[in-house]
Amino acid sequence: MTQSAETLKRTNLYDWHVAHGGRMVPFAGWEMPVQYPTGPKEEHRATRRAAGLFDIDHMAQFSVSGSQAEAYLNRLTSWDVTTMKVNDAHYALMCYEDGGIVDDIYLYRLPNRWFIALNASNRAKDLAWMQAQTVGFDVTVTDVSDETYMLALQGPQAIRILQKLTDVSMKSVARFTIAEGKVNGISTLISRTGYTGEDGVELFFPAEQAVEMWESLLEAGKSEGLIPVGLAARDSLRFEPGFPLYGHEINAGITPIEARLGWVLSLNKNFIGRQAILKQKLEGPSRLLVGFEMIDRSVPREGYDVYYQAEKVGHVVAGIFAPTAEKFAGHAFVPAGIAKPGTKIRIEIRNKLKEALIIRRPFYRPAYK
Amino acid sequence: MKLDKNARYMESHEWARKEGDVIVIGISDHAQDSLSDVVFVEFPDVGDALAKGDVFGVVESVKAASDLYMPVSGEVVAINDTLEDTPEVVNSDPFGAGWMIKISPGNPAEWDELLSPEQYEASIE
Repeated sequence: MTQSAETLKRTNLYDWHVAHGGRMVPFAGWEMPVQYPTGPKEEHRATRRAAGLFDIDHMAQFSVSGSQAEAYLNRLTSWDVTTMKVNDAHYALMCYEDGGIVDDIYLYRLPNRWFIALNASNRAKDLAWMQAQTVGFDVTVTDVSDETYMLALQGPQAIRILQKLTDVSMKSVARFTIAEGKVNGISTLISRTGYTGEDGVELFFPAEQAVEMWESLLEAGKSEGLIPVGLAARDSLRFEPGFPLYGHEINAGITPIEARLGWVLSLNKNFIGRQAILKQKLEGPSRLLVGFEMIDRSVPREGYDVYYQAEKVGHVVAGIFAPTAEKFAGHAFVPAGIAKPGTKIRIEIRNKLKEALIIRRPFYRPAYK
Repeated sequence: MKLDKNARYMESHEWARKEGDVIVIGISDHAQDSLSDVVFVEFPDVGDALAKGDVFGVVESVKAASDLYMPVSGEVVAINDTLEDTPEVVNSDPFGAGWMIKISPGNPAEWDELLSPEQYEASIE
């Protein structure tokens, strides 16, 4: 799908990005900064070493409320939400009946409602899907993306930086929980979550305060080395710890078993797609997601064919130079029988077969574990 | 954007510079900036004889893989293998330490067909 520049949406930080050398590219219907003059490798390393600030307002947020919101979400998503206490946050999947993935989402249980962060590219599809599943439940699903701004502050210094601007004691906000409070005087949902493999927060607040929030965070984090980070580094930061990205490691034609997301499945409760997933788990999937590193140097890009011995067996779904692991690495789906660490495969790069090795994921172990 | 006034250019953003009997070849500052961070350079073999316009290698950035074209015909006499471990030098010093290959030119007349710095600068505006 191609979109002309006219139809692309812009976040409230668009002018700031352009003024600071952000290179704007189309992404999921938005014009977003893929990098700043610092460059993706250093933006990645700065986030691992100190802290990075990400404009991720393209992402969608829904609010779910009603007396049967919990029962509804338990039917809709792969995670047993009855185990979530107020102010807990958890990663989850929405699946179709055949086990294919509608989207991967973050669930937040707030005192009086549920809050969900979803992929920008799936916003309309997710809303339609979620509303279609409300039949029989006293529940209301509302798209609050436009009025809600979303930023991520990530890295080992992120909490120290945020603490300068908030009255919430961040010591009391554990990993995978959320708190409400003021940041720089702005009413904010502070979620101790993220998608980089580092400690940090994701912030939700009124969209009209975006520039003020962004600039106050950058100012507060100057002494710690905080810099703005674009989408290219966001991709390499999520790749190294093995976090899936919709459209690559997961989509409607891929199941959680194939994508090795068994840890997000509460198979002891009923949810949409459970039966198909259980069946596949029992029978064993025919293909599996693997991580591999290149033995022959080169970048294994998305779409390249994967060979085992003389046979074409799959294709690359994500591939990069991983800046922290300092490896050319990728993800691919291959037949389950060869999906073992230590298996040598070959990637066809510019008509040449280059040696690669299936390795045990992740390439980077999340720092907060 | 930086420009090497002593080099000649191709519209595909390679530069060529005479150094004694050889011609040194790399990519321009404009090219490295457009590519974003360079992570890998694929070289020809020393001794390869290539014609003007032939692909002599590939530069891989975080963004894309781009072919590299011979500005003039010649035989490859050296490759900058230090870029194997430090490809980022293509970004930081594209006209200096980020050079890619050296060739012994086969047809001196081809030099005059290349773009002057001024012509190249005009071509990318």
